[in-house]
Amino acid sequence: MKVLANPCCEKCHHTASTPCSDYVQCRAEGPLCHDDVSCKQQRQKLMSLILEPDRKNKQVLVCNGTGCFSSGSQTLIDLLREGLAERGIHTADVRSTGCHGFCEQGPTVIIEPDKTFYTKVKAEDISEIIEKDIIRDEKVERLLYEDPVSGKLAANFETVNLFAKQKRIILDNCGKIDPEEISHYLAKDGYKGLAKAIQTMSPDEVVEEVKKSGLRGRGGAGFPTGLKWSLCRQSEGTKKYVICNADEGDPGAFMDRGVLEGDPHAVIEGMLIGAYAIGADEGYIYCRAEYPLAIDRLKTAIAQAEENGLLGNNILNSGFNFKLKIKAGAGAFVCGEETALIVSIEGKRGMPTVRPPYPAVKGLWGKPTNINNVETWANVPYILRNGTDWYTQFGTEKSKGTKIFALTGKVNNTGLVEVPMGITLRDIIFDIGGGIKDGNQFKAVQIGGPSGGCLPEEMLDIEVDYDNLTAAGAMVGSGGLVILDNTTCMVDIARFFLSFTQKESCGKCTPCREGTKRLLEILVRITKGEGQAEDLNTLENLAKVIKRTSLCGLGQTAPNPLLATLRYFRHEYEAHIFEKRCPAHACTALMEYTVDNEKCKRCGQCSKVCPVGCITGDKETPYVIDTQKCIKCGACLKKCKFNAISLA
Amino acid sequence: MCKCCDSKQEAVFADSNQHRLNEILSAYQGHDGALIPVLQEAQEVYGYLPEAVMRAIAKGLKIPEAKVFGVVTFYAQFRLKPTGRNLIRVCMGTACHVRGAQKVLSEIERELAIVAGETTADQRFTLETVACIGACGLAPVMTINGQVFGNMNSGLVSDILKRFK
Repeated sequence: MKVLANPCCEKCHHTASTPCSDYVQCRAEGPLCHDDVSCKQQRQKLMSLILEPDRKNKQVLVCNGTGCFSSGSQTLIDLLREGLAERGIHTADVRSTGCHGFCEQGPTVIIEPDKTFYTKVKAEDISEIIEKDIIRDEKVERLLYEDPVSGKLAANFETVNLFAKQKRIILDNCGKIDPEEISHYLAKDGYKGLAKAIQTMSPDEVVEEVKKSGLRGRGGAGFPTGLKWSLCRQSEGTKKYVICNADEGDPGAFMDRGVLEGDPHAVIEGMLIGAYAIGADEGYIYCRAEYPLAIDRLKTAIAQAEENGLLGNNILNSGFNFKLKIKAGAGAFVCGEETALIVSIEGKRGMPTVRPPYPAVKGLWGKPTNINNVETWANVPYILRNGTDWYTQFGTEKSKGTKIFALTGKVNNTGLVEVPMGITLRDIIFDIGGGIKDGNQFKAVQIGGPSGGCLPEEMLDIEVDYDNLTAAGAMVGSGGLVILDNTTCMVDIARFFLSFTQKESCGKCTPCREGTKRLLEILVRITKGEGQAEDLNTLENLAKVIKRTSLCGLGQTAPNPLLATLRYFRHEYEAHIFEKRCPAHACTALMEYTVDNEKCKRCGQCSKVCPVGCITGDKETPYVIDTQKCIKCGACLKKCKFNAISLA
Repeated sequence: MCKCCDSKQEAVFADSNQHRLNEILSAYQGHDGALIPVLQEAQEVYGYLPEAVMRAIAKGLKIPEAKVFGVVTFYAQFRLKPTGRNLIRVCMGTACHVRGAQKVLSEIERELAIVAGETTADQRFTLETVACIGACGLAPVMTINGQVFGNMNSGLVSDILKRFK
């Protein structure tokens, strides 16, 4: 027994081809079928190595998610392992984990048992971490996280604002376990939900349990998951499919990536439970090609689950069979829409089809199909494992559980945050997010990506749930929260989203194909200072028609960012149209840089940094900017020490 | 006859990888929905999808050529032209946008004298934009040959580009 997932000795007969129904429970409490003290001790030792770090057996948890990986975390892991081996220390466990959720401070390292949280760790810091922290038990203070507001050093990561107010259920394993070790997942009660479902419950009971939990689709629309399952379960036919929608295409959202990279087994277990409940024996994970690391970790996880008899035939000797395949998307935002995703798996252009028939009746290859998002699937094991009563204590009356948001933009702490439904936006932005970057002023929060909307300051006290956000003109959507400050132009943000949806429109239906193009043209004109008085009416009318008449969710929600900005920030549109000015100084066509002769010391620094050479002057002649040549990059404004450059 | 590049060069090009394409095609024989994974793997081999390769795939999977071409032009991942030696992808996601991705992109376009979607005449760089690579915490972000550069600003562009020959 080298790892927890392995059989303990020759008496254990569990293999993928001869599965034992007690396998999962046996890993946690075993051995159950024979009495052997040494097996018990060995299992306990392996378990405590995974779960119970202490001063003698420290755990060094290095975030190796996409963010930190790109900042060089793999090098840190190698250096830590080499450094410890050189010094003959074999008791510390250096672990490559999923996303800690604080990418901006990456690479991050957490050292257990003290939960010491080191940020922006570089290769040259490693020997000091080993010598000071791991060997001598002292903190490397210069690497501790400093709170941007209070300036205090955080002693352990649980006191860091970003983590302190969270309720991490789905993200609990992310950053603690090695996602490429099925043993770690098993040690954390993994696959217990599956065992409970297939051994003690009928499929109908499982569906009922998910219904009772009140879980709603985390892909953004919030459709009740249990109801979706029951529709597919009731559909006629013996061949059914389950699909995980991991085509997280929303710009500004990366929670699905975090879960897939940090805890892939939770998604697999959720899908297994769903397949059992619905009566499916085959599943697909449709993952976008832009997430290579997530795809790799899923492949590893699927292979390990197959090896240990948790995927494949006769799972846990229950007669239940389930095969799982990965399909890599090929880069089309519309494939996040369920009917488009299905035809894409079939190898066609990813264009949505008319519903009904819904996939629950006629989906992949014409068979009943149930599609849920990554985060929805990851909720399921916890509901089964801990029961509905436990699950429903989190959230609001109509939106149960937690939701993971990707907090980004002009906020001090950017990262993944998991919060109970019902928390206010103000708490997320100012408490967890630590307020606005660079001391700027908050202007709006953009929620739910291209399908969502922007909410102003006065809406920050609403409780976050599906219904409240929709009523306010935004939506939970994918869960991207992009914070905008006074330097962001709201017309430009609407233009940005429209240019995205217009590019990504599949072109099948006219309202979306042509409508988004026209909306975009008008918005581009406005940002260039060529807006006309009747534009606002045209925009509103066109937006309403597109919403009402588009074929799928992409077109039906594409005008949302525009409508929300028109609703809350109309004055910015008016300033662009009637005064030809951009209040945020963001639309380059409406900007003009000038040199203030009074303040100018004629040092010439501005003309040195100008990339296009449009600033002329010398010691005798005052400096001037040729506005025709100027590309409005702002380099001169940044460089001038005397505030002599002004922006109008 | 290929219209988008030198057809002679393409013939040599296709020949040296012919057996790998055949391997891919035979691995997916009889699989439902094989077209997209086959195209993905073929693009791994060739770097893009030359016309001859698309024809061979249509023949091998017994799918009309028009259908293959239709799928290739629908998905952003597939390329009809070869890329330069280094592929720059600038993320234009929401978080990157509000933190100044456009300035980074403009600086690269200025430095290389090409616009997004083009390749430099010396084949050194291809410049693309991407909707979101999911590293929003490091915004603005760009990748060169898969290597991620976070917290970008236009001042860093020139030095980074110099590292890639």
